[in-house]
Amino acid sequence: MDKNVDYSKYAVVMKGITKRFPGVLANDRVDLFVKKGEIHAIVGENGAGKTTLMSQLYGLIKPDDGKIYINGVEAQINDPNDAISAKIGMVHQHFMLVDRLSVVENIVLGQEPVRGPFFALNRARKEIKDLSKKFGLIVDPDSIIEDMPVGMQQRVEIIKVLYRGAEILVLDEPTAVLTPQETNELFEVLKSLKSQGKTIIFITHKLNEVMAITESVTVMRLGKVTGVVKTSQTSSKELANMMVGREVLLTVEKNSAHPGDEILQVKDLVVKENRGIEAVRGLSLNVRSGEIVGIAGVAGNGQTELTEAMTGLRKVESGKIIFKGQDITGFSPKKRREMGMGHIPEDRLKHGLIKTFPIYYNFILGEHDDPKFSDGVFLKIEDIRKFSENLVKRFDVRPPKIDLLGMNLSGGNQQKVIVAREIAFDPALMIVSQPTRGLDVGAIEFIHKTLISMRDKGIGILLISMELEEIFSLSDRILTIYEGQIMGEVRPENTTTEEVGLMMAGHRLEDLHQEA
Amino acid sequence: MNEWIQAIINVFTNPTFYKSTLTQSTPLILAALGGVFSETTGVVNIALEGIMLMGAFGGVMGSYFTGNPWYGLALGTFFGVAMAALHAWASIKYGADQIISGTALILLAQGITGFALVELFGQPGSTDLVRSIPLVDLGSFKQVPFVGVIFGNLSPFVYIAFASVAFGWILIYKTKLGLRMRSVGNNPEAADTLGVNVYNVRYFGVIMSGFFAALGGAYLSIGELGQFTTNMTNGRGFIALAAMIIGNWNPVGAMSASLLFGGATAFNNQLQSQSVLNLSTNTQYIFGMIPYIITLIVVGGLIGKSRAPSADGVPYIKE
Ligand SMILES: Nc1ncnc2c1ncn2[C@@H]1O[C@H](COP(=O)(O)OP(=O)(O)OP(=O)(O)O)[C@@H](O)[C@H]1O
Ligand SMILES: [Mg+2]
Repeated sequence: MDKNVDYSKYAVVMKGITKRFPGVLANDRVDLFVKKGEIHAIVGENGAGKTTLMSQLYGLIKPDDGKIYINGVEAQINDPNDAISAKIGMVHQHFMLVDRLSVVENIVLGQEPVRGPFFALNRARKEIKDLSKKFGLIVDPDSIIEDMPVGMQQRVEIIKVLYRGAEILVLDEPTAVLTPQETNELFEVLKSLKSQGKTIIFITHKLNEVMAITESVTVMRLGKVTGVVKTSQTSSKELANMMVGREVLLTVEKNSAHPGDEILQVKDLVVKENRGIEAVRGLSLNVRSGEIVGIAGVAGNGQTELTEAMTGLRKVESGKIIFKGQDITGFSPKKRREMGMGHIPEDRLKHGLIKTFPIYYNFILGEHDDPKFSDGVFLKIEDIRKFSENLVKRFDVRPPKIDLLGMNLSGGNQQKVIVAREIAFDPALMIVSQPTRGLDVGAIEFIHKTLISMRDKGIGILLISMELEEIFSLSDRILTIYEGQIMGEVRPENTTTEEVGLMMAGHRLEDLHQEA
Repeated sequence: MNEWIQAIINVFTNPTFYKSTLTQSTPLILAALGGVFSETTGVVNIALEGIMLMGAFGGVMGSYFTGNPWYGLALGTFFGVAMAALHAWASIKYGADQIISGTALILLAQGITGFALVELFGQPGSTDLVRSIPLVDLGSFKQVPFVGVIFGNLSPFVYIAFASVAFGWILIYKTKLGLRMRSVGNNPEAADTLGVNVYNVRYFGVIMSGFFAALGGAYLSIGELGQFTTNMTNGRGFIALAAMIIGNWNPVGAMSASLLFGGATAFNNQLQSQSVLNLSTNTQYIFGMIPYIITLIVVGGLIGKSRAPSADGVPYIKE
């Protein structure tokens, strides 16, 4: 039947793709049509099956059913090698880089140029320099991946794909970890790739990005395609509704805060980063219970070190952290937790979750010796499971199966597990880093509402986020961080994104006011 | 106090100490290089001790039955490769716990060699003397003072060990196979997405580790002595693992650390034989600990500086 249909104007056709994981129908007869030379968005809730669909296109997993056509011809893609030969390249949601190796080594791996028996490093380096120039992706070929910021790492991923001669590029949530500037740079690159005739499949949760650079959109929900639209004929709001199946509020509503006593005080804090350079340089701030203090800033300005110092994961060089009136500067993370400090870490796989543990163990991390869950020797498995069933329902973790391992959850659902755990333990203060990174609009709405209701219950919240929109819609006060120092404090209702943007670029608030 | 200083000076001014450092280090260098090969690809191989033992036994067995020690060497390395293949099969194909598989192989090697010793040679403890691999005689060079004594009459194993290190370093850092080994040992998933066959590369690393560790073992039996004795590796496989770690999983580093351990053993042997000291048998035991104390101190000092490949010891299972 499909034989009669002419797919030749499509770079990619996926027809009737079905993929079942134990207990989950991740893709249910999915059809995807991507025209040659277009930027095509795939959007959908966390766990909708976007990554699964792309993993099948790239040969990482095999469909249970369905066919794939590349440039109109049916293709058998059994492993990544087949995908590479079909000129398909993928930038994965969680980067696939060997972090101890250099940029060159990562890019050529698997297709190394050789001279005699040896790996021709110089030739590889040159080819990469040419590619970077051609596509405006500047990287230092000899840097080691682990020393590079994520934005750079992502460039390496893209060059890796181009080096293999890819004509069809799949980018799975490429902007989730990027700063606004890096996102703009990425878009320039994508436009230039498109003008050179490449086809791009672009997965994102940020609907304004869909509106900005794509031509058409496939919307997925619970493993099925629920809509295919031309970008020019839709809007963010309509897409959001299609994704979630109901009206979504793109900004939360909140009443004004009623802050209580000061609960956290940071005084002249100095913290060094891994290479021994000062990342936080004499920073002071305070948080009162019942308010949300947002820290705006471009990634890499000391936010990571600041959170790690406050939660006890990193040594403080000088200065003081006072929590509930007690100097906790030297306290262990466990002690801080017992005192009621909750933490949603920015790197969910590294600090938030144990990938090889089932959900129900992940829910009690850090609380495992609470008498609710343990009698001192043994864990009370039944109680833990009941508790977990509850949380999974309350936070709408999908699929709601508490035996699933952390690594088998979609990215967004991993995040929900962490948020659920931290909120459930009823903290007095929450340090929240990038709480909605990689979450779909529905989940963002939910987490934002949850944070507001925690605030209204009198919990103090310190919110660190690279998303200005998030900072503006949640914070009662906004502090802007630049190179480890606070540039100024403003209230969202009395400021503009431009003003905060200028502070993020290193201008002090008092200087801005003098100029004005 | 003075006699101690005198004794130490005696050791360091005697070329025998340097020659002994080379011969003591040789099996360690080879086995540690084996460890580097395996762990670079992400498979922990604590079975080095057992593989060395099989290499040593195979060496004597081959030499005994054919009268040609080179055939012995071939049989020894074959045994080593076979042992390593077992480890690879269990830990790569079936994702077995690599420590358990390695431990099982050490016990297996001890059992097999103990049993075969009695079956073939009719006695426990040690085999008959067999022909050993001839030394490399440099002729008149031996007359040159000092260096002539050190290098005039060394076992070819010593040269093989250093050549193997150069070979290993070039392979791992300068060839495309080496790049794949390092990628598979650090992030097998990433390598897989680029079409690198993780399993084949790991098999290669583990099997090479069997080859080199068995060479090191064969040196112990047919390198100088021409005899196998029960458990003659005597923990050298573990010292080699330590050398690999101290050497930061790099062939040259592992070699340097092996030389340090070999030197410590040589120093200790030479010092004990200094008559000025007049040591009792009991204090000699204390001296015997010197290499291990050095291990502890060096390892302690290196904590945090030496880093294993990120995926070392982690089985890779697809889908
Ligand atoms: N290896 C696996 N084993 C079991 N279930 C899996 C596995 N991989 C994915 N799933 C499930 O399949 C569903 C689809 O997951 P997928 O990662 O494709 O979602 P996604 O749309 O990419 O979501 P996100 O936006 O959060 O990244 C989820 O319910 C997930 O839990
Ligand atoms: Mg995904």
